[in-house]
Amino acid sequence: MSQRKRSKGLGCSQMTDGEVDCIPTQVERHSQDQVNQKVNELVQFLLVKDQKKIPIKRTDILKNVIWEYKNAYSEIVKKADKILQEVFGLQLVEIDSKRHIYILVNKLLHAEGQHLCRGKEKEKMGLLLVILSFIFMKGNSVKDSTLWEFLHLLRVYPGRQHSVFGDVRKLVTEEFVPGGHPHPLTEPPEFKFQWGPRAEKETSKKDVLNFVAKMQGKEPAFWASQYSEANQGTA
Amino acid sequence: MAAHMTNAHRRFLQVLMSNRITEGSEARKLHQHCCETDKVYYAHDKLDDFISTINSHLQPLFMQIRKGISEDDGRAHYAVVNLAETEVTKMASDYTEMELELFRKTMDLIILSENGFASSTDILNLADQLKTKKMKKKEAEQVLKVFVEDKWLSEKNGEYTLHTRCIIEMEQYILSYYQDLAKKCNLCHSLAIQSQVCESCGIGMHLPCARKYFRGQTEPRCPKCNEFWSCDTPGVNRMGSQT
Repeated sequence: MSQRKRSKGLGCSQMTDGEVDCIPTQVERHSQDQVNQKVNELVQFLLVKDQKKIPIKRTDILKNVIWEYKNAYSEIVKKADKILQEVFGLQLVEIDSKRHIYILVNKLLHAEGQHLCRGKEKEKMGLLLVILSFIFMKGNSVKDSTLWEFLHLLRVYPGRQHSVFGDVRKLVTEEFVPGGHPHPLTEPPEFKFQWGPRAEKETSKKDVLNFVAKMQGKEPAFWASQYSEANQGTA
Repeated sequence: MAAHMTNAHRRFLQVLMSNRITEGSEARKLHQHCCETDKVYYAHDKLDDFISTINSHLQPLFMQIRKGISEDDGRAHYAVVNLAETEVTKMASDYTEMELELFRKTMDLIILSENGFASSTDILNLADQLKTKKMKKKEAEQVLKVFVEDKWLSEKNGEYTLHTRCIIEMEQYILSYYQDLAKKCNLCHSLAIQSQVCESCGIGMHLPCARKYFRGQTEPRCPKCNEFWSCDTPGVNRMGSQT
């Protein structure tokens, strides 16, 4: 936007891939108020992205919020994360340290009850949990055709409009996937679904196994290999 | 700083944000649920205190949980609002420029109307006059549907008005942007989109406010000019104020 004007007195000429190319001595020091203002803007920005479950790229943060405050980037991000935790119970997590992609994950323990998400959202999360369970129980990776067959058994047909989920194929491949939930490996003719980074952060294999056990009326230990895998992280 | 936030506060806030708008009795249930889940002190009559604790932490972020009254049934509702940008631009991240223009024009129609409603025909006629880019009627219909789903508008029999969520979030903006054109309720003094208007002196009242005010009166009279109140207040026929 107004980068040109802003960059006049500064060492930074433009926003490249988020690389800090400023020479520290030439960079203006920003007042604490200005930094805090940026922190607040960043919190709002992250909340908006989170509502849509869009993963957040560092370049977007720089381009949309930080601008000429690049030299205070890590301070701003750290403070924003602190506010997100203290006020909203959310945590900023880097899910891809190569491409610098973040998501917000919920730090509050999931409670049973009807208040977690609204209307359709709740039903979608139910379907998601079933899919995550299926993937985990099948050894952490399933072919897309296998997943569609499985959903068929539940009378959720990928090609047809579902009264609650609408276009199921679209829901699974576009809504669940970019948010970082199940993860298709990109090898065209056949896709594979795995748990995505958000699933790893917001739920656990243990919770999912407990869910499956409850549904089947068995003890989690009944599935020996899944049981030991689920307990690896926590033990 | 004021009382500190517990996980119950955080949980309450999270749900309120994802709900977009929460009806009062739902909010009270949610208050109890959050306190019980996170094992913190719960007092059923302390919802306002509970919310003001959250608000004291939201204030530096220019955010707030705000309470508003539904113009239809007079029930309280809560929404998390962003005070930093209360104008339509807050919708900017969700909609295209063209859709926003349609929304602004729809809002003009609603606010300048007699009764707080704009007919779908009138709105759809705007679609090909947009400056940004002309919109086909079919597209405009679809966009209106999304506005209703997202709770910016509500629809009754082909007539559109502002949703309570929209009024809570944009009240300040509407009052300053439309100034004298936006009506205020003579009884509760907040913005009145759907209102009954006195035929002789022109003051307006929310339907639920009027209903409360006239309760038990055999012959309703205007609280300002004392003339006979000709609108039909039982609330079944909202078009009564059109004459």
